[in-house]
Amino acid sequence: MTIAEKMYLPAVFQGLSITMRHFFKKKATIQYPEQQRPIGKEFRGLHVLRRDEKNRERCTACGLCAVACPAEAITMVAGERKKGEEHLYREEKYAVTYEINMLRCIFCGLCEEACPKEAVFLQNNKMAPPRYERDEFIYGKDRLLEPLDAGNSKENIKYRY
Amino acid sequence: MPILAIQAIIIITIFGITLLIATYSTYAERKVAAFLQDRIGPNRAGPFGLAQPLADAVKMFFKEEFIPAKSNKWLFIAGPSLAMLTACMSSAVIPFGNTLRFEGLPEIRLQAIEVNIGMLYIFGVVSLGVYGVMIGGWASNNKFSLLGAVRAASQNISYELAMGLSIIAILMMTGTLSLREISLQQHGFNWNIWYQPLGFIIFLVCAFAETNRTPFDLPECETELIGGYHTEYSSMKLGLYLFAEYINIFVASAVMSTLYFGGFNFPGMDWLEANISKDPQLAHNIVTILGTVVLFAKIFFFIFFFMWVRWTLPRFRYDQLMNLGWKVLIPLAILNIVLTGGGILLGEKLGW
Repeated sequence: MTIAEKMYLPAVFQGLSITMRHFFKKKATIQYPEQQRPIGKEFRGLHVLRRDEKNRERCTACGLCAVACPAEAITMVAGERKKGEEHLYREEKYAVTYEINMLRCIFCGLCEEACPKEAVFLQNNKMAPPRYERDEFIYGKDRLLEPLDAGNSKENIKYRY
Repeated sequence: MPILAIQAIIIITIFGITLLIATYSTYAERKVAAFLQDRIGPNRAGPFGLAQPLADAVKMFFKEEFIPAKSNKWLFIAGPSLAMLTACMSSAVIPFGNTLRFEGLPEIRLQAIEVNIGMLYIFGVVSLGVYGVMIGGWASNNKFSLLGAVRAASQNISYELAMGLSIIAILMMTGTLSLREISLQQHGFNWNIWYQPLGFIIFLVCAFAETNRTPFDLPECETELIGGYHTEYSSMKLGLYLFAEYINIFVASAVMSTLYFGGFNFPGMDWLEANISKDPQLAHNIVTILGTVVLFAKIFFFIFFFMWVRWTLPRFRYDQLMNLGWKVLIPLAILNIVLTGGGILLGEKLGW
């Protein structure tokens, strides 16, 4: 070491000046609950089952999403549409139950790509929230299906197209 | 007995200010740490997080009080009490301002107790502080605590030597041990730092070591000692240890400001006293109060400096610490004494 290095003090002052510069820098903190980090447009978050323009369920329980799913997180039971249910389901076949296990899901988006009816989407503004119990991670139609009033308002939920 | 009553008020005020500053040092430490690391720091409790010390205190008081089964109970309690006691005692002799003059009253000194051995008193009390750490570490009956305590004790003793030697140069110059006298001699801008820069650096380094602050915070080291001397402490007993450290920082800052940076003196105080008011008594009082404000500004700067260094420098290795203390600082302090002595003799010869 040179004498200047052995005296420590020049290096100490250099270090102090560096930390002082950081003192005045803009802070990187995001004030979380009030202020949220912007999520990219391509982000794949929580799934949603869409309705069509007449508020009917788009899903026809073809099972392509379940086939495409590499994590085997999607299960469904298909049922036949009865008379008088035309306002509920768009086609003759519909999903009686439709469940996604969020513990298995890897949010790859292959279900979205596989769906021929544009029924399942991964929202880019909503993440799968944390839960306390394992069974709470199995999302049924009650939590996946788009609410009725949200029908065609694209402002409420942003989809990836 | 109005003078006794006034003295009591001053003592209580200084005690209160000491505690208040130590309390808000914990907050300032977190804020400064955050700012130096590009974060924001506490801002949820109260405006700007100003109620954070209160929240911390409430948390500390409500935590479970834990005393290890095989510890010496009395010593275990005595440890933090001693640390706190010695920390609180040492601010008594620091002159926080000049005098206040009122009609019909003797001069009021803004100092808790005026003794002509102020510097010795501080050294005596501060050296007692190591007992708090040592007893606490010993009573915990935990080898990591004991190691932390032993490191603290040896560190404090080594650096106290260099600190004492660096002070001797100041005492040779001023010819007094009274902190008030030392302050008064630095009237205006005649600060000791101009004559004793080397002594100041030695004193500063030793003050860091004495208050167990980074880069000399070997008594507490999570990676080597779990927590150090206070591993077994919980609740307010731990709080007292940490609090005592902040009081020590305050006192060390006050002593540094008083010894080297003129204490309550500031440039232009004579001019101010002559011109500020026609009433000489009022002018004197205003200058005194301004001096107190200036002293606190200096103290706050040093407290900030302690924190600034903490978040800049890494911890010393133990052998490096001992090398620096015994092989560098003590010889430097002795050299400083010789230089000062030579300077004083030369000054007498030349008739300065």
